[in-house]
Amino acid sequence: MSGNERPPVLKVQDLAVYYDIHDGGLLRQQVRPLKAVDGISFELERGETLGVVGESGCGKSTLARALLGLVPPRRGRVLWLGEDLVGLDEKALRRKRKELQIIFQDPLASLNPRMTVGDIIAEPLWTFYPKIARVQVEERVRGMMKMVGLLPNQINRYPHEFSGGQCQRIGIARALVLNPKLIICDEPVSALDVSIQAQIINLLKDLQRKLALSLIFIAHDLAVVKHISDRVMVMYLGRAMEVASARHLYRRPLHPYTNALVKAVPIPEPGRRRRGAEETGLRGDMPSPMNPPTGCVFHPRCPWAVKRCELEVPPLRRMAEGDWVACHRAEELDLTIVKHAPGTV
Amino acid sequence: MPLLEVKDLHVRFETPEGEVHAVRGLDFTLEPGEGLAIVGESGSGKTQAMLAILGLLAENGTSGGQALYQGADLMAMEPHELNRHRGRDIAMIFQDPMTSLNPYLSIERQMVEVAMHHQGLSRREARVHAVEMLRAVRIPDPESRIRQYPHQFSGGMRQRILIAMGLLCEPDILIADEPTTALDVTVQAQIAGLVEEVVQRSGMAAILITHDLGVVAGVSDRVLVMYAGEMVEYGTVEQIYRSPRHPYTRGLIDSVPRLDRADDDALHAIPGNPPNMLSLPSGCCFRDRCSRAFEACAEAPELRDAGDGHLKRCHLEEAP
Amino acid sequence: MKSSEATTAGVGAPAAELDPFEAALHLGDVKGRSPWEDAWHRLLKNRAAVTAAIIMGVMILLVIIGPWVISWDMDYTDWDHTQSAPSFANGHWFGTDAVGRDILVRTLEGGRISLLVGLVSTLVSLVIGVSYGAIAGYYGGVTDRVMMRLVDIIYAMPFMFFVILLMVVFGRHILLIFVAIGAVNWLDMARIVRGQTLSLKRMEYVEAARACGVENRDIIRRHIVPNLLGVVMVYVTLTIPQVILVESFLSFLGLGVQEPMSSWGALVSDGAQDMESAPWTLAFPAAFLTVTLYCFNYIGDGLRDALDPKDRS
Repeated sequence: MSGNERPPVLKVQDLAVYYDIHDGGLLRQQVRPLKAVDGISFELERGETLGVVGESGCGKSTLARALLGLVPPRRGRVLWLGEDLVGLDEKALRRKRKELQIIFQDPLASLNPRMTVGDIIAEPLWTFYPKIARVQVEERVRGMMKMVGLLPNQINRYPHEFSGGQCQRIGIARALVLNPKLIICDEPVSALDVSIQAQIINLLKDLQRKLALSLIFIAHDLAVVKHISDRVMVMYLGRAMEVASARHLYRRPLHPYTNALVKAVPIPEPGRRRRGAEETGLRGDMPSPMNPPTGCVFHPRCPWAVKRCELEVPPLRRMAEGDWVACHRAEELDLTIVKHAPGTV
Repeated sequence: MPLLEVKDLHVRFETPEGEVHAVRGLDFTLEPGEGLAIVGESGSGKTQAMLAILGLLAENGTSGGQALYQGADLMAMEPHELNRHRGRDIAMIFQDPMTSLNPYLSIERQMVEVAMHHQGLSRREARVHAVEMLRAVRIPDPESRIRQYPHQFSGGMRQRILIAMGLLCEPDILIADEPTTALDVTVQAQIAGLVEEVVQRSGMAAILITHDLGVVAGVSDRVLVMYAGEMVEYGTVEQIYRSPRHPYTRGLIDSVPRLDRADDDALHAIPGNPPNMLSLPSGCCFRDRCSRAFEACAEAPELRDAGDGHLKRCHLEEAP
Repeated sequence: MKSSEATTAGVGAPAAELDPFEAALHLGDVKGRSPWEDAWHRLLKNRAAVTAAIIMGVMILLVIIGPWVISWDMDYTDWDHTQSAPSFANGHWFGTDAVGRDILVRTLEGGRISLLVGLVSTLVSLVIGVSYGAIAGYYGGVTDRVMMRLVDIIYAMPFMFFVILLMVVFGRHILLIFVAIGAVNWLDMARIVRGQTLSLKRMEYVEAARACGVENRDIIRRHIVPNLLGVVMVYVTLTIPQVILVESFLSFLGLGVQEPMSSWGALVSDGAQDMESAPWTLAFPAAFLTVTLYCFNYIGDGLRDALDPKDRS
């Protein structure tokens, strides 16, 4: 996607994950597919951060799990350093997990309440280096704790003795302990207070720079993603609506849905009356992913939809400056975001 | 006379680990038609203060102080007296639209009964009124949708229904506890806009509880910032955003991720963690996290007027 | 908890003169408080549960030591004092029954059997139920469906019919009571454990472990089982009295332990026949049985309150 000569570390091609939903009566059970992720493609370079944004039900968490092989994809390829992870058996996949790690949304729920912090962070080490000496494990764990801003002398404490932000640091330490190359962050700050959110985002940025990590940063809030991403993918009902560099995305969204997301971000300025319901430009509610609309999945809510949008699925196509958009009318629409309050540039 | 006057409000909880003093002497007033935002991190006591005023504390909680609603002390009332005010004069909307509605009753049943009970309307009148309210919060086709059950609505629609239910009895005060936190971003914008709109149209007073200063700028006239169970700053929206006088408020404003500021990527974080309410530090509770802390902070600061009714609980003379 | 608030400073925190983070780096290790310890402290604060536990402890001691200390044998017939009322003078503190057997020693001996049945049968159902339920729940899919349908089928069999069938085929033996009760009780345990495992399996920390490449057996050992234990412990303490009651019921019907052995149920059954002429033959075993049931229920309730994380504020 970017015209760079360096090969990407991760290349995802037409990835799709369907869940089978069983419904119907006792006798005639129907199995219908829920298309959680439906044909996602992107590339990720070393040290790059891709933000993935979308509202609940857009498939962003499923995408994260599919990349790690935690849910089986229906079709598509996940090329990690040129090797396809789809179709690898459990054992081979397990070996790859050293290089790809994940951080979860709910900091407390992702930590086993009956294990000490030290054991939680050490678990990946025990798994991959069963012969390693205990002293070494402990030394490494203490080092990790310090790196993520936890006091190493807290090593024997349990998760419930920490605040939400600290628990997320524990989760980050666990993800980093094996020196992975890619970390998938599944809404790592959504459950945290605003002031703590900023700590965690800054910590992730810091670590990324220090360790040359590639990040996939999932969130439902564009403003959060802006501060960490190089490029952003906007998802809606299992599909990519737009993949663009972060700067372009916020100045001039190409897709009407991106536009709505940008407009939905509140602005902490007094006197700036909220742009009400109409101004996000969206009509109605998100349809059920069980019955996605025909054509462009966004068309029933899009203020700019035309007949064609109802009939034809828009492909993700390349626009100027290396950005990609899935909209029939991308060229006609000018969704430039008006610069807000003067003097804030 | 102010509509609501809260004086020296205290809330304590008995927990197995010890006593938690969740709200430590809160005073504020609310004028008719005023919009007040109460801002603070989780555990700052903002929700518990509101629950205490409405007599809705959990079993292990006790409260002290006064909450004068039109001169009558809500906190000294018998439960049945308080019940008359709840819903009719003061309505509260909760964070989670999923759990605030009874899943086994139709929306009609839930709304009509409230209207009949508090306003003495007949069933037919109550239904007409309920449909009207649903229309006011822009639920499409309210006549038929009112017969449906909560699970047949999306999260945003449910929050609209809750707002409609809050407005049903035309209360004088609407208390909204993080009404948008559990919702998707585009829905958040719609609901926040809706709250603003109905509050302005009806002329009622509103208290908005949130942890996100980004949300409140449009909806409120005044902002009350809470930290560790105390008010640390109070002022008009202009005062709070343009010239915050407490380092914590400053930090909250700076930590809101913004789209409208150009490509300055650094996010300002408040270092450290919220205090442990079981063992509060001596002196100023924010001292440990404050970049401006100095010797005087070893002593707990009093609430002081910084001019024009702008209150702050900080030893610093200048703005942080 | 005291030191936990000052533990971290954000990366990129403004550097104060003395960074509290740097300063705290050289402190000694802080001891953590595990959820078990927390639960233990909460349990100790529960007066009803502690009292019940103490009474139960005394009861168990009595039942174990009592029969050795008391000079009467359980099947010794004291012809001089048949149906004697409780009396210190003749040495039968709880009185005697129609054939002159000492009620005190019989109550304690009966208690041995009743408690033994309670513990052993529960243990049997615990071992089978937990492993069965955990396997069905964790592996899911076809394994789960087959295993749980089997449970449903056994569940549907009438319990009394099953017991009578066993008695008829193998004759009356105390082992059979263990088998019969255990065979039925593990079904409940399996269902509860399966349900818990299903929900634990979806916890993010299990997913995190899978994402780290941890193998299934380690996940079950490290993440599933320790988090099941709380529920299982509560269920076990509530199963013991249930089992004791079932045994009493069987004995009352004449299907339980055989003379001269006895259990509380059998004693109550005997006593009920002489209720009018010798009420003490009913009263003492019944009192012991009731107290035991109460105690276990209070301990179980106390455990549930102590272990249930939802109750924590």
